[in-house]
Amino acid sequence: MKYLSEYRDPQLARRLAREIRRITTKPHVLMEVCGGQTHAIVKFGIDELLPQTIELVHGPGCPVCVTPLELIDKAVEIASKENVIFCSFGDMLRVPGSHKDLFSVKAQGGDIRIVYSPLDALRLAGENPRKEIVFFAVGFETTAPANAMAVYQAKQRDVPNFSILVSHVLVPPAMEAILSSPHNRVQGFLAAGHVCTVMGYTEYAPIARKYNVPIVVTGFEPLDILQGIYMCVKQLEEGRAQVENQYARAVRRKGNEHAQEIIKKVFCIVHRKWRGVGEIPQSGLGLREEYREFDAEKRFGVTLCTAEESPECISGLILQGIKKPPECSAFGRTCTPERPLGATMVSSEGACAAYYRYRNHQVQQELPAHESR
Amino acid sequence: MNPVEIKNRKEFTITCPIPVRDYPHVLLAHGGGGKLMHQLIEKMFKAAFESSELHKGRDAAVLQLGQGKTAFTSDSYVVRPLFFPGGDIGTLAVNGTVNDLAMAGARPKYISVSFILEEGLAMEALWRVVRSIRRAALEAEVEIVTGDTKVVDRGKGDGMYINTAGIGEITHAQDIAPQNIQTGDAILLNGDLARHGMAVMAVREGLEFESAIESDCAPLADLVGALLSAGVEIHCLRDLTRGGLASALNEIASGAQREISIDEALIPVREDVASACELLGLDPLYVANEGRFIAIVPRRDQEKALTIMRKHPLGQGACLIGTVGNRGSALVTLKSRIGAGRILDMLSGEQLPRIC
Repeated sequence: MKYLSEYRDPQLARRLAREIRRITTKPHVLMEVCGGQTHAIVKFGIDELLPQTIELVHGPGCPVCVTPLELIDKAVEIASKENVIFCSFGDMLRVPGSHKDLFSVKAQGGDIRIVYSPLDALRLAGENPRKEIVFFAVGFETTAPANAMAVYQAKQRDVPNFSILVSHVLVPPAMEAILSSPHNRVQGFLAAGHVCTVMGYTEYAPIARKYNVPIVVTGFEPLDILQGIYMCVKQLEEGRAQVENQYARAVRRKGNEHAQEIIKKVFCIVHRKWRGVGEIPQSGLGLREEYREFDAEKRFGVTLCTAEESPECISGLILQGIKKPPECSAFGRTCTPERPLGATMVSSEGACAAYYRYRNHQVQQELPAHESR
Repeated sequence: MNPVEIKNRKEFTITCPIPVRDYPHVLLAHGGGGKLMHQLIEKMFKAAFESSELHKGRDAAVLQLGQGKTAFTSDSYVVRPLFFPGGDIGTLAVNGTVNDLAMAGARPKYISVSFILEEGLAMEALWRVVRSIRRAALEAEVEIVTGDTKVVDRGKGDGMYINTAGIGEITHAQDIAPQNIQTGDAILLNGDLARHGMAVMAVREGLEFESAIESDCAPLADLVGALLSAGVEIHCLRDLTRGGLASALNEIASGAQREISIDEALIPVREDVASACELLGLDPLYVANEGRFIAIVPRRDQEKALTIMRKHPLGQGACLIGTVGNRGSALVTLKSRIGAGRILDMLSGEQLPRIC
């Protein structure tokens, strides 16, 4: 398929892997920032092609995983209300809150709809003037422009029954939080290609300089990821720490300026709590004052919420690249995609779910119960 | 029934086997063809309805009635929208049941059709579906011999639900079931994957692709009959409906307690279908088909089977996609396009479109 199969070519993949082996003289720890990259790495087995001295750790770039528990609880509360049509991207529905997930709310009569765009939710608001339409606006810089556009249009058209439950997060502050942690092991980053399609990559240069880490903007297909790893390793081997762009077919240096403009118009930068990580200053987007009327938290009065995470779950350490899923005592035992303890097991982009789905035979073999089957 | 008989029956637990703590309500995922549905079937239904035939996990039960063997199956159709490119709920209701019988190696003979209609359904829509059922039954060479009609209040059904049951005649002596697959067996697929699921999804969600994807809905009994009458030894057959190829392989691996390995590069997916899947973040290996099946045959019969399949209009794209391994554990592994190995698991519920 055009623009797809050529980036999955096995011969080219092996050639790139050989090149990576050829230039690698010492151990390196690289982090792929985006959950989509983690998914591709585990799905295609890209890490199996790498020399053992290169370790890939999985970053916090999964919007489903980092959305705080309290916010899921708020979503559950709002979605359970009479007269509300709660709209969400599909994979948020299975994320467990403190007591239940959105699928359970749906089973109990809540009107919950999977949409593909926030503009679909806005259209629903027009079609159902007597209902309150709430859109669950989560995600990184990638989903922010469309969400901002929906709010902008709602204001322009004076749509009174539309609001968003917002928990947008930003990539660069999370990278800084990881790099400034005393436990940090990351020496180089594969930056998230789709985020950079929107934002460009000028904001990464100060991070590369300050922390002396190479940052390579990388795509999502196997050859993209292998090439991103090659470029990152090459910098590390040569002692460079620059921002480079592997994903040039989609990413421009300045990104999509129209998209950035609408984000700035509707959202402002706020402190944001990340599930499993904690609050990171200036790491999220919230509605600007002039758009606060579209804030679902305010409209439904659900601002006070505290929630406890499972003490067994180490998703915070996983999201920071400090630990890997199989190092968790609950992984594949008390925590599975059917009964997830933390969000990294829920989303298909979560590192735990990816390991479970594609690698769980490694765990099964360790379990006596499975050996006897 | 007198009380003594009840006492002598095997004890049946009165606690619900699906822990209420986990699932106090039925979720859509309980019917999604994934792990939750299997948990419901295994723990609740199979445990409650003791039957050695039920435990074999075939698409249709194989029963001894008098001298001959008869296959019997039933299926309900709740597809939304009722009409989609390449078919409608009527063609689906006939072919689905015909195919379940075919997967037991039977020649489908008679089916029942029961309608649950919603008050207010356009009569023209019902007539259109009835004509489709007639056409599909003629094509599949089955006779509709009985049925039922119920109407429910407006708002209590999606326009129309259909249940069909079918019986078929088994005229060969082969035992076709997951338990019979052997190390080294070849896994053959009759064509490209994921068209039905994507066709329905595109209409349901109002997604516009450059070309309309049509469902692959078709009756498979004739093709299976061709394999059987040519004397191909068949160890297992399975149509790739809800949950797609991945779920079917997992069901077989688990029924047989054997390892199955497939090669992603050998699995055909049409380009427009693959693009649609990519756009939505769906894996075609988990998407439903209504005219695709796998035949697991001994290696020595592989070429013969492929030749027969390719001569049939519904098997022109037939190909080998993998083999049964020698490990005695229920596991499906996949060699990825770039040559690395991974597990191919069953999903929990339905696939969900990803955020970004």
